[in-house]
Amino acid sequence: MIELRDVSFEYDARPVLRQVSANLAEHRIGLVGANGSGKSTLARLCHGLLLPTAGQVLVNGHDTRRDAAAARSQVGFVFQDPDIQIIMPTVAEDLAFSLRPSGLSKQEISAQVDDWLGRYDLVSHRDHPAHLLSGGQKQLLAIAAVLITQPQIVIFDEPTTLLDLRNKHRIMAVIAALDQQVVMVSHDLDLLSEFDRILVVDAGQIIADDSPRAALDVYRRAALG
Amino acid sequence: MLTLYTPGNSLLHRCPAAAKLITLCLAATLIMILTDPIVLASGILVVAVGYGMARIPGRTMWRLSRTALVIVMVVAACQAFFTSVSPAIIVGLRILFLITAANLVTLTTRTADLITVVEAAARPLTRWGVHPDRIGVTVALAIRFIPVLGEQACRVREAQAARGVKAPFTLLVPLVIRTLRLADGVGEALEVRGLGSSARAGASTTEHRSMTR
Amino acid sequence: MRAKDLALIALFAALTCVLGLSPVIPLPFIGITFSLQTLGVILAGGILGTKRGAIAMVLVIVLVAIGLPVLTGGQGGLGKLIGPTAGFIWSWPAGAWITGALVQRWWRGLTPARAIAAALLGSVSLYVVGHTWLAVMLGLPASTAWWSWVAYLPGDIVKSCAAGVAILAVKKAYPLITVPSVSGRR
Repeated sequence: MIELRDVSFEYDARPVLRQVSANLAEHRIGLVGANGSGKSTLARLCHGLLLPTAGQVLVNGHDTRRDAAAARSQVGFVFQDPDIQIIMPTVAEDLAFSLRPSGLSKQEISAQVDDWLGRYDLVSHRDHPAHLLSGGQKQLLAIAAVLITQPQIVIFDEPTTLLDLRNKHRIMAVIAALDQQVVMVSHDLDLLSEFDRILVVDAGQIIADDSPRAALDVYRRAALG
Repeated sequence: MLTLYTPGNSLLHRCPAAAKLITLCLAATLIMILTDPIVLASGILVVAVGYGMARIPGRTMWRLSRTALVIVMVVAACQAFFTSVSPAIIVGLRILFLITAANLVTLTTRTADLITVVEAAARPLTRWGVHPDRIGVTVALAIRFIPVLGEQACRVREAQAARGVKAPFTLLVPLVIRTLRLADGVGEALEVRGLGSSARAGASTTEHRSMTR
Repeated sequence: MRAKDLALIALFAALTCVLGLSPVIPLPFIGITFSLQTLGVILAGGILGTKRGAIAMVLVIVLVAIGLPVLTGGQGGLGKLIGPTAGFIWSWPAGAWITGALVQRWWRGLTPARAIAAALLGSVSLYVVGHTWLAVMLGLPASTAWWSWVAYLPGDIVKSCAAGVAILAVKKAYPLITVPSVSGRR
């Protein structure tokens, strides 16, 4: 559950978001909007990666400003480009990196890493350099490295934009199977049509907040004039 | 990424990395003080035995040492010509020892073990605000992004070749801009993945910082 | 040090390694070849500034020390940091620092000439350290090898021009150096 209370965000004295309020409680929530509309900023505010210049963001009741560590521990964030998200040289090392703050023993970490490699068919790539993975495999690794920390909410920022059709479906199947709450920024209206709720962001404000059918209609009309 | 480490199971391979590095430092200091060519030569002999024990292929050894050895020979020859033969021999033997001994440590020690030593060596720096665990992460991060940036360099070169640009330096600005853009993302990713939480209001990690505060 | 700074340091270390992988460039008239690797040194200083630039170069030295073949021609390992030419590598943090310090000092009025001068002074400082090390290692008076850097000067001028242009371009598009306001400390 993410609560946005009168959230504004300015960047270089230029407003990016203007007094946005919303309670995000549904299981699958989509964010759509044109480039530069502020939707990616909104996603980052929900994580605490950015802090609002005015207003409050609460993640399961934790303020992302005053209670940052607690808020962040609840949320995972998956970027568009897995190449930036993978930060260790080999596949297993990258998954293990996520568990560094967990205080688990080496054996426990290794067991969990193997478990997640198995779920996403990455076992045979365990000790391979991450840059040799295919685009789809990289995104799976990036997602696994987030899920291994057991977040209660996962935010995706256009996770399928750089993928081919086959890998896009693979990633969407993974996301669809998640028990966690999902907030996803996407340009792919087909994907979002299965979601529970869609917010349409335009010029720093939410111009529609509805079921996919109604909200996407608004978005199409706004985009195509 | 490829490392210079040559897998093996010899005594030298199994010896702790820190012990090898300390021995190397001591030996290097000693060798700079010693002047007896026979002692120096026997030092090199010991290193040669080490190469034999570790079963390092001659080709590997040569590849790593050749440029420095060529310099040694040229300089030793010059020195022998201009001054006298004996200092030339001493200098030549010293350098030969240093390079071969240092390369032996490199060839028999895993990268991960050496990173651990680097982290341990940085521990006393904690009081000056250095985080040893962050050193390990930063080293790993650099290793991770060498192939990524290598690929970016190829992309830029392809794009320029497609437009008929061939000068080597035109690669630079686009490559640097791509590097900086990547750093924006990587900085965010590091934060998201639990390294340094320092988000500030209105200050995005993707911001372009203004020149004045 | 923020996460972003760690990312910049790691990526500029990686960039310096990648520039070392590029093929050496022959200079047509003089018959001397050079690699682009020291461009990484100058760019790190000129773009990241003194502190982050120098740390990035220390990181490259660490990468060499842990046995990665990241120097020009796939070279690396402790032998490169202990041999007669090692001074040319140990000088990198200083070179990045010097270029960084000059760029920071001239930041407000950074002209192409100044950017190139900063790059050139950083490049030349590499020779001072490198040749001193070489002379000490070989037991020669420091003056002996000094003249040899002149042979590399044309290459360095070319490289410094390229680096200066890049530093200026990045200053416009992606300024990372912050200087205190005029009323603040120098």
